Amino acid sequence: MTKSEIEAAVFAALRQIAPEVDPTAIDRELPLRDAAEIDSFDFLNLLIGIQERLGVEIPEADYRRISTLDSLIAYNSVFAANTAPFPPLAYPPAES
Amino acid sequence: MGEYRMPSLGADMQRGVLGHWLVKPGDRVSRGDIIAVIGTDKADIEAEVFEDGVVERLLAKPGDELPVGAVLATIRGDAGPPAPNEPSAPAPPPAPASVRASPLARRLAAEWHVDLASIAGTGPGGVIERHDVEAAAKHVPPPEPARPGASEPSVALSGMRRAIAVAMARSNWEIPHYYLETSIDMRTALAWLEQANAVRPLKDRLLPAAILLKAVVRALAIVPELNGHWVDGQPRSSAAIHLGVAVALRQGGLIIPCIRDAGPRSVDDMMQGLRGCVERARSGRLRTSDLSDATITVTNLGDLGVEVVHGVIYPPQVALVGFGRIRERPWAEDGMLGVRPVLEATLAGDHRASDGRDGARFLDALDKLLQKPDTL
Repeated sequence: MTKSEIEAAVFAALRQIAPEVDPTAIDRELPLRDAAEIDSFDFLNLLIGIQERLGVEIPEADYRRISTLDSLIAYNSVFAANTAPFPPLAYPPAES
Repeated sequence: MGEYRMPSLGADMQRGVLGHWLVKPGDRVSRGDIIAVIGTDKADIEAEVFEDGVVERLLAKPGDELPVGAVLATIRGDAGPPAPNEPSAPAPPPAPASVRASPLARRLAAEWHVDLASIAGTGPGGVIERHDVEAAAKHVPPPEPARPGASEPSVALSGMRRAIAVAMARSNWEIPHYYLETSIDMRTALAWLEQANAVRPLKDRLLPAAILLKAVVRALAIVPELNGHWVDGQPRSSAAIHLGVAVALRQGGLIIPCIRDAGPRSVDDMMQGLRGCVERARSGRLRTSDLSDATITVTNLGDLGVEVVHGVIYPPQVALVGFGRIRERPWAEDGMLGVRPVLEATLAGDHRASDGRDGARFLDALDKLLQKPDTL
């Protein structure tokens, strides 16, 4: 997925929990909870919305890494790319 | 024959507006089915029917404002005979092409200067509901600022604000409040929560609120004087615990849905109950069972960064529990100084129904329970 596709998915998840907030207009470096006035319930639902769209399940231990909109998009850019299945290994390995 | 009446959806509710019917004569209904949407000052409520049967006649039409207790429809129980055939009234002329919207959606549209005619409704039958107005509202330009020197227009109180004003004024007038607070070390509880969430999928994750609510329920078993109502000059303790949860709405205002029968719920059940209440409250889809009278209310403003909550009891309840923000504070224990995540818990009590000693026992029990979260 491209970064803009990931951004679009995050924006869509954010609009679902805060429909009156324009994700393109909020301060991307402020903590999201302040920038979009979302509480812990909203935040959990945001992560569920992102998981539905990108397949990324963010562990609680990583919450401190995704506190801003920018860091949330960056995190998903790394992990969404890695949810694609690896190509099957040939076994036994082809003889060189 | 059963009569379906305008339900009472709050201690101060006098009248409600029938928004729209979700059934028609001849439909079979079962206990718990949602058969209508009723508008109150605070929200549109999905009204459930409490008996099995067949809908006979719809006596109220959308938009009718009726007092609590007014008959809205008749429902024939399965054992009852059908009503005698009445000549059917001529079908009313079709309404002019007016916009179908729930009462709450209409009020929000008026407050936010949103044109209802421009919105496609996503409710049953294309009805415009609150979330449709919310989505449209973000595209509306702000109203023209008043010219300098022009006098400020008076702002009419919204229905919700009025309802809150009435309830809070009544509380302060009637209830002699006492307040207690305590600091709770949440280190063990938060560590337990992190471990619990590590083995749960995202949609089943527990928020701190779930274990706080569970601890409240367990502490109420020790101090039952705080769980119930003050009615006709007497305390009426309740065997069941129906937890009112104060939910802030995104466009402002507060609503108090209720997690019914919270006593036997596990922490996971409590989380699902809380999730249901919050989501229904915020999407304007509360049900009558959500708004039955709570026996105690919990308010949690910690998410907003407020450290301590000294709240106002919602009559006829006799107590309110408040939880502030969990934040790191210096903590002395066994002669050593450390840093712990600390939560300020408060209790507002009705001094007619309990006294400071009861409140102190409650907060002490709450603290002890949160130090052993695996026993919750």
